[in-house]
Amino acid sequence: MIRRSPADFIRLLIPALSLAVLLAAVFWLQPRAMSYVGINLLFNLAVPIALATVAQMFIMAVNDLDLSMGTFVSFVACVTATFLRDAPLVGVVILAGSVLVYAALGVVIHLRNLPSIVVTLGMSFVWAGLAVLLLPAPGGQAPDWVRALMTMKPPLVPIAIVAAVVIAVVAHVIVMRLSLGVLIRGVGGNERSVERAGWSIVAARAAAYGLAGLFAVLAGIALVGLTTSADANIALRYTLLSIAGVILGGGEFIGGRISPVGAVIGALTLTLAGSFLSFLRISPDWQIGAQGAILILVLALRLVFNRVEKRGHGR
Amino acid sequence: MNALVRLFSRPWIWSWGAAFVIWFATIMVTGGASTLGLTQAALTFAAFSIIVGLGQMFVITLGPGNIDLSVPATMTLAGTVALKFMNVENGMILPGLAVAVLIGVAVGIGNYALIKALRIPPIIATLSMSFIVQSAAIWTNRGLRIKPPSFLADFTTSATLGVPNLALVALALSLLSWLVLEKTVYGRWISAIGQSMPAARMAGIPVDGVRFITYVFCAVLAALAGYLLACFSGGAALNMGSEYLLMSIAVVVIGGTAVAGGDSNVPGIWGASLFMFLVVSMLNTYGLGAGIRLIMTGLIIISVILLAGGRKPGAR
Amino acid sequence: MMVHSRKAVIEVADARVSFGAVKALDGATLAIMPGECVGLVGHNGAGKSTIVSVINGGLTPHEGTLSGDGEPLARYGVNAARAMGVRCVFQELSLCPNLTVAENTRLMHRRIGGFGWRSRACAVIEESLDAVFPGHRIAGDRTVGELSIAERQMVEIAMAFSDAGVAPRLVILDEPTSSLDASLAEQMLAHVRRFVAAGGAVILISHILGEILSTADRIVVMKDGRIVADRPADAFSENSLVETMGSVVRQEGARGRSQDFSGAPPVLEWTGGGLPFRARRGEVVGLAGLAGHGQTAMLMRLHAANSSDWLPRRDPAVTFVAGDRRLNGVFELWSILRNFSIASLGDLSRLGLVRSDREGVRGADWRKRIEIRTPDMENRILSLSGGNQQKVLFARALATRAPVVLMDDPMRGVDVGTKQEVYEIVRQEAAGGRTFVWYSTEMEEVCLCDRVYVFREGAIVAELAGDAVSEDNILAASFERGAA
Repeated sequence: MIRRSPADFIRLLIPALSLAVLLAAVFWLQPRAMSYVGINLLFNLAVPIALATVAQMFIMAVNDLDLSMGTFVSFVACVTATFLRDAPLVGVVILAGSVLVYAALGVVIHLRNLPSIVVTLGMSFVWAGLAVLLLPAPGGQAPDWVRALMTMKPPLVPIAIVAAVVIAVVAHVIVMRLSLGVLIRGVGGNERSVERAGWSIVAARAAAYGLAGLFAVLAGIALVGLTTSADANIALRYTLLSIAGVILGGGEFIGGRISPVGAVIGALTLTLAGSFLSFLRISPDWQIGAQGAILILVLALRLVFNRVEKRGHGR
Repeated sequence: MNALVRLFSRPWIWSWGAAFVIWFATIMVTGGASTLGLTQAALTFAAFSIIVGLGQMFVITLGPGNIDLSVPATMTLAGTVALKFMNVENGMILPGLAVAVLIGVAVGIGNYALIKALRIPPIIATLSMSFIVQSAAIWTNRGLRIKPPSFLADFTTSATLGVPNLALVALALSLLSWLVLEKTVYGRWISAIGQSMPAARMAGIPVDGVRFITYVFCAVLAALAGYLLACFSGGAALNMGSEYLLMSIAVVVIGGTAVAGGDSNVPGIWGASLFMFLVVSMLNTYGLGAGIRLIMTGLIIISVILLAGGRKPGAR
Repeated sequence: MMVHSRKAVIEVADARVSFGAVKALDGATLAIMPGECVGLVGHNGAGKSTIVSVINGGLTPHEGTLSGDGEPLARYGVNAARAMGVRCVFQELSLCPNLTVAENTRLMHRRIGGFGWRSRACAVIEESLDAVFPGHRIAGDRTVGELSIAERQMVEIAMAFSDAGVAPRLVILDEPTSSLDASLAEQMLAHVRRFVAAGGAVILISHILGEILSTADRIVVMKDGRIVADRPADAFSENSLVETMGSVVRQEGARGRSQDFSGAPPVLEWTGGGLPFRARRGEVVGLAGLAGHGQTAMLMRLHAANSSDWLPRRDPAVTFVAGDRRLNGVFELWSILRNFSIASLGDLSRLGLVRSDREGVRGADWRKRIEIRTPDMENRILSLSGGNQQKVLFARALATRAPVVLMDDPMRGVDVGTKQEVYEIVRQEAAGGRTFVWYSTEMEEVCLCDRVYVFREGAIVAELAGDAVSEDNILAASFERGAA
């Protein structure tokens, strides 16, 4: 089994605990949710969010931030519901090209030393424009294989859970087990010394952005598989959700401290929080607000925890 | 000759030039028939982006990482609550305005409290705050559409001497902002903090106090814009602010304010805001859709930032 | 022990490096033989770190040659140095705090890669840790950020001695024991001796003279970018080392005033670890010692304790002159005038509005007084030379009404003429009742002070006043000696 250092373990403990508590509360409020169908319903929408969160995590690993995640996932959804179904080859080329665009963004941001927030803000207009050009009105249709994949009914465990586990494992292997993941996190942690050890920082950043593009593409495809059709605004919330998911999962804005498993758990927690609030009969008016409050609460908890930890270390 | 060179070295000249070119191109297509109408519409709609853009500019001037994402939610909440409070009575216009400003102050305090207390980057602090503010707006709105007091509705939709009243309000606020940035001690302090926070602290500037005031000021301007927008459009809508999240940042960047902080530009905001509106109307005139407009906007932002370049190492 | 027939691992011949007006290396020649430990000592600015940078490939000397194993090294750089087996332990942290020990090892050794790298990296670093620090109890899967400072330093040292493909041949240790306790330091030094006995080479830099004398085979003393002594270690004693470091005393820093301030009212006080700090009215207090031993932190603390982050102060209590101009001094987008006036805007404004007429007058006044060489105060600050930028920062601080001026080694890299002008102004202002707290890495400046606190390892270890302020005494207090 993977040996983990205590700090990493505790870093995962808070998100895992909050997910468990939230899940217990949902089951208590709505015992019928404790079934194959119920769990699938609860977590269905978590799959694309988890993928987008992992994508955002790669960007945050190198101390950047992607404000175009939502519009990019929407764009991918539009491509999936049109080209990928009608002309699969063209669709694949477009999606592969957009992953390359992401990698190129990483290169430009690094070479010109640009603020990632503004560059991705600009890109968010571009992706939104392309999406509107593809699908001016809601429409399109999911390719059958995507639909089939997302509505699969494996025995015992719902597809949403299987998918979440697969995403977490794949992301974990890339980020924590491969040398490339170590390099990407190293750039976030201490760029200078990584450079001094003879690595190319540009390549590392390009790889981080490229991987982010790849996972965001998967998020868009998965989303269309669930909704069957697409529109240009389908995933606008994903920008904020993905950032919040990384943070909830124990990631940090700077220093390359990220946790792929945590990010997936964070995405699940965010999805569940919505259902929980509606089961609580909290008026839908306050649902967004409650999400904000949860975010603040988790950040406050983390601050307290870090303080305690630091005091333990103050030797 | 020298004066011309100096003129072209001003960052705001580009956004003004672009706005003028597009204005001219649109007029040409319609054969000059809509000159007055187009100009008035541009001034009216640009006024809202100008007001929120000014606030965002103050925040962005504070340096890398400073950004206020709670602008749209604040606009919505202020518009909704103020209209509800005024309840279509002309006598309540000023108290309503005061309520809007108070909401701005409260949001600004909340924003900086989160930044400082939780030690989180402004982007996530203002984001969490905006969730709560947005909820409060939904809760107060309840789907009711309350009309603005008749005087306010007339004021926001009419013009004085051919100039839309909203543009006059934006002009007054811009002059005020320009005065604050260029002539006051506070303006110097913001610029100093944006250039180097450690240097500002060591020069004896009360860094936290200045940043706090700036976040409050930005939220107040957003609230003011929300108040005016709700009156202009005949009632508050829940999504009325959403367009202004990216818009407020875009006009600042296109207007020539340094993204790395320390250098702000009030005239540029005007040029950029007019430009953003005129691009839409030009593309409409030429029969091109929203898609092209969005793509162009994005490409413009990226080219501006590429040309301006990153100044400081470590800037995000 | 020394085998002279063998070729030097690295030989630097007549290297010269200058940064602006400062000659960091002024013709230094140093050969490191296999199987020897060279102790490198010298005070601030002696050129220790510059010669280390030249050897590890971080800096190309402007003049002079480098050779390795007798062959001249034409294209020498960081990667070439690593390939030759040159390793360096820096004073600053060079690990990624968010990665585990094993992952850091992976990044440092490019050859560990492919499937199963994790266990291999773990084995490499743990083997090295076992060799250097037996019984260390640091597991390879611990995250560096959660290690104590001593443990991090142990990992850094073990990393330098670790072998994954390219064996270390020359290890440079720059203050390796600064965070280690006595027993860990002894373990490390014992390993250095074993490493050297097995044919490796080590350059050891330390402020603890006992370490150098007991471990090094040969001691090189540097001063002003030159090597002033290069002898076997047993030819030195602690006293003779200190004397050699200070042997080229420049007699220009004539002591100005020898006044007694014990009657003057104290304006600043601080008690932390070590001796208490106190500054009196009209006094010039020096902070001395080796760079990075807590002097800047002390100034920051004094500044923070006497200024507010929330409310502007009508009457500032302290003002600050930066040493690192780029980091915390100059506002790069601004004109000279704005850079000058930023700290005294309270006096130059009415109702919050800056009165530009008064600002201009005050600027012109100080421009004349401190001789800032510019045709126009409206020019960008970056149009000035470094020395003139520094003068602007001085004028900024002196133009405030603050009774205490904190100076963070502001004369680093400034030409001699400017220095003399500033010394004169400091003398005048002090005579007028101002207090100066002056951290300096230059001996002649420290000798200008009325009273000097010497720092070592973050605390004040000595207080020198009047005639006791001398280079010998400061050097003696800066370096830790066995028999103190």
